[in-house]
Amino acid sequence: MSDAIAPTPPARAVSLHATDARTRRRNAAEKRFKAYGLTAIGIGLAFLAALLFAIVSNGSAAFTQTFVEVPITLDAEEIAAAESSIVKTSKYREIIHGALLEQLADAGIETDMDAAELGKILSSSEAAEMRDFALANPERMGETVRFDFLASSRVDGYLKGRVTRDALARDQNLDAAHLDLVDRLAEQGIVVKRFNWDFILGADASDQRPEQAGIGVAMLGSFFMMLVVLALALPIGVAASIYLEEFAPKNRITDFIEVNISNLAAVPSIVFGILGLAVFIQFAGLPQSAPLVGGLVLTLMTLPTIIISTRAALAAVPPSIRAAALGVGASKMQSVFHHVLPLAMPGILTGTIIGLAQALGETAPLLLIGMVGFIASNYPDGVVSGFTDPNSAMPAQIYEWAKRADPAFYERAWGGIIILLLFLMTMNFIAILLRRRFERRW
Amino acid sequence: MSIAKLTASSLAIAAVTASAAVAQSRDNVQIAGSSTVLPYASIVAEVFGENTDFPTPVVESGGSSAGLARFCEGVGENTIDIANASRAIREGELEECAANGVTDIIEVRIGYDGIVFASRIDGPDFTAFEASDWFTALAAELPVDGEIVENPHTTWNEVDADLPDAEILAFIPGTKHGTREVFEEKVLLQGCEDTGALQAFLDSGMDEDAAESACMAVRTDGASVDIDGDYTETLARLDSNPQGVGVFGLSFYENNTDKLKVATMGGVEPTTETIAAGDYPVSRPLYFYIKAAHLGVIPGLKEFAQFFVADELAGPDGPLAAYGLVSDPELAATQAKVANEETM
Repeated sequence: MSDAIAPTPPARAVSLHATDARTRRRNAAEKRFKAYGLTAIGIGLAFLAALLFAIVSNGSAAFTQTFVEVPITLDAEEIAAAESSIVKTSKYREIIHGALLEQLADAGIETDMDAAELGKILSSSEAAEMRDFALANPERMGETVRFDFLASSRVDGYLKGRVTRDALARDQNLDAAHLDLVDRLAEQGIVVKRFNWDFILGADASDQRPEQAGIGVAMLGSFFMMLVVLALALPIGVAASIYLEEFAPKNRITDFIEVNISNLAAVPSIVFGILGLAVFIQFAGLPQSAPLVGGLVLTLMTLPTIIISTRAALAAVPPSIRAAALGVGASKMQSVFHHVLPLAMPGILTGTIIGLAQALGETAPLLLIGMVGFIASNYPDGVVSGFTDPNSAMPAQIYEWAKRADPAFYERAWGGIIILLLFLMTMNFIAILLRRRFERRW
Repeated sequence: MSIAKLTASSLAIAAVTASAAVAQSRDNVQIAGSSTVLPYASIVAEVFGENTDFPTPVVESGGSSAGLARFCEGVGENTIDIANASRAIREGELEECAANGVTDIIEVRIGYDGIVFASRIDGPDFTAFEASDWFTALAAELPVDGEIVENPHTTWNEVDADLPDAEILAFIPGTKHGTREVFEEKVLLQGCEDTGALQAFLDSGMDEDAAESACMAVRTDGASVDIDGDYTETLARLDSNPQGVGVFGLSFYENNTDKLKVATMGGVEPTTETIAAGDYPVSRPLYFYIKAAHLGVIPGLKEFAQFFVADELAGPDGPLAAYGLVSDPELAATQAKVANEETM
């Protein structure tokens, strides 16, 4: 440095207590920068708040559902007649609609609607519900059973304030006259709104009955995919990182592999989807729409994340630990497995959980392997069929709902987002907990 | 190649300890194809699952062309059994199918779908369209005073004095949709003929093919927007553009009458009745195609197909009609065709 030969500046005849112009400018710049930062944080928080508000206000309605209580006398002859037709449920439907009309008369509500017209306030899922009950309980023939049927999505929307009388004026499915009846029935406690477990535990339903749709089967699909990802990505990822970090020689080949792993982490997920379609389904002949294939695809997607975080965790273990282990005569492998790996474990687990959370929220690759559509309609029979039977996943189910025509599905899509977010938050919370509890600092 | 296969299958085996599960035979019907047919197919699938001992079939969307392409991939458990389509299968697709061993195909027409022109309920007063209005509003080039010029129209009332003074902004189905084809043929081409533009194109020295494609060429200056997603996307676009007009399926419109109002086409209001009677001009048949080689192999396939076209479902009083399908007057013939497994 040439400070020594630079001419000393003339002493300034100003007080250190008074701020001069330059200092003021510097202070002002600092203040401005703080203000920028605060604004940025404020905008971020505002977006987050708006997002959470939108999700909760749109989605919370999906967790309650309107039910209509209808007492039905099970008549063995009627049921036998219904069972002998092609579309058995349509005969059951007639029985139910007749019973509903009687229920109205008993409650002292007058109506000039016929049974079929009146039946529009019920979901079309009612017939299957009654049929399942009648077939499962043949000993209860002749008894009067109180059924709790789902109300149709428009009745439900009316009680939730989503459907208005004006909107119904041009709706062919329901009239304002139906709503008058619903009001009377609600007063009498025959139509009730309550918490709907079927939304969380149930299967998807077709376009004509959004009120019946649930995310439960898709949740199982996500669960089985996550099992596949965990079972494959964790061992493969950890083994690869340990080798690369601790054993591999530093040369061009390992450099090349490292660069590629980093690049893979940035590959758009849809690419993995098309790869999965080509390799796992078309080439290896694995079944379509199966969580097994979804899990394999998501494994490919998650591996780079896990490898990178595992390597970072291994690299953070101080070399003195390794040196000490080797110094007392441990082999290289013993030093890694007995000393380095346990210390790196919190980091590895955190990385794995973050990777899983990413995979849980991923939709794009699933589009290509046939996991979007009317798919999550059957519960898997067992563990094996859980992997191989066609199923959807939570984000794919949400995407599917958001696409459908009936606005009631839109509400369920938001409700699904709430459930998905709860899962993601739980996973992230576990990751934070692990890090806080087990992390060691040197 | 064999290494890739080995890797893939060993991954699979690692994932499922019971590796035999992978080879286990499929017991559910798998369907893919048109997103227009998807709601109908899923309604039938659901009722089928409720009424029979077979598991509920799996219905995927993706579009008619994508569905037929997967249908034609070959025969076997890893290929789909039924392809839904909002148009008839093409010659080229049949060849592709035949090349992969899919030779016996049963074509089933389930009914008709109306294509409606709707705008926001509180938007400009679009009540009556003619095919010629749409051609004049959306054509890329059209003859004006004997000369073929780029489309000069910017508002609907320039096109037709009866239409409101609103900027031309149309949301039409993208080219991957079967709906686009119907829109081009029944609206743009028809309008082109009606306005005499087709003749003008021919007079200007184009051959017939070139003139027809000139008729169906849509302007690209932003007045017409292709929607590649679903009708939900079209609806969202209308939400943010109150002046716009969108192209929807009848069933979608009927489920969203609180937000949309429909315009007549050629003086006819689109309803299931006018479409079934053939009065409403813009409608199209909906199909599904069954792989005959899978009949008897995949349990429930034939039963499902028969179920689909049964009067209780596809008939005029069935749930499909309630959802917006226009039932086929010749349904009885279709039922016989499925029962006898008549291939194309």
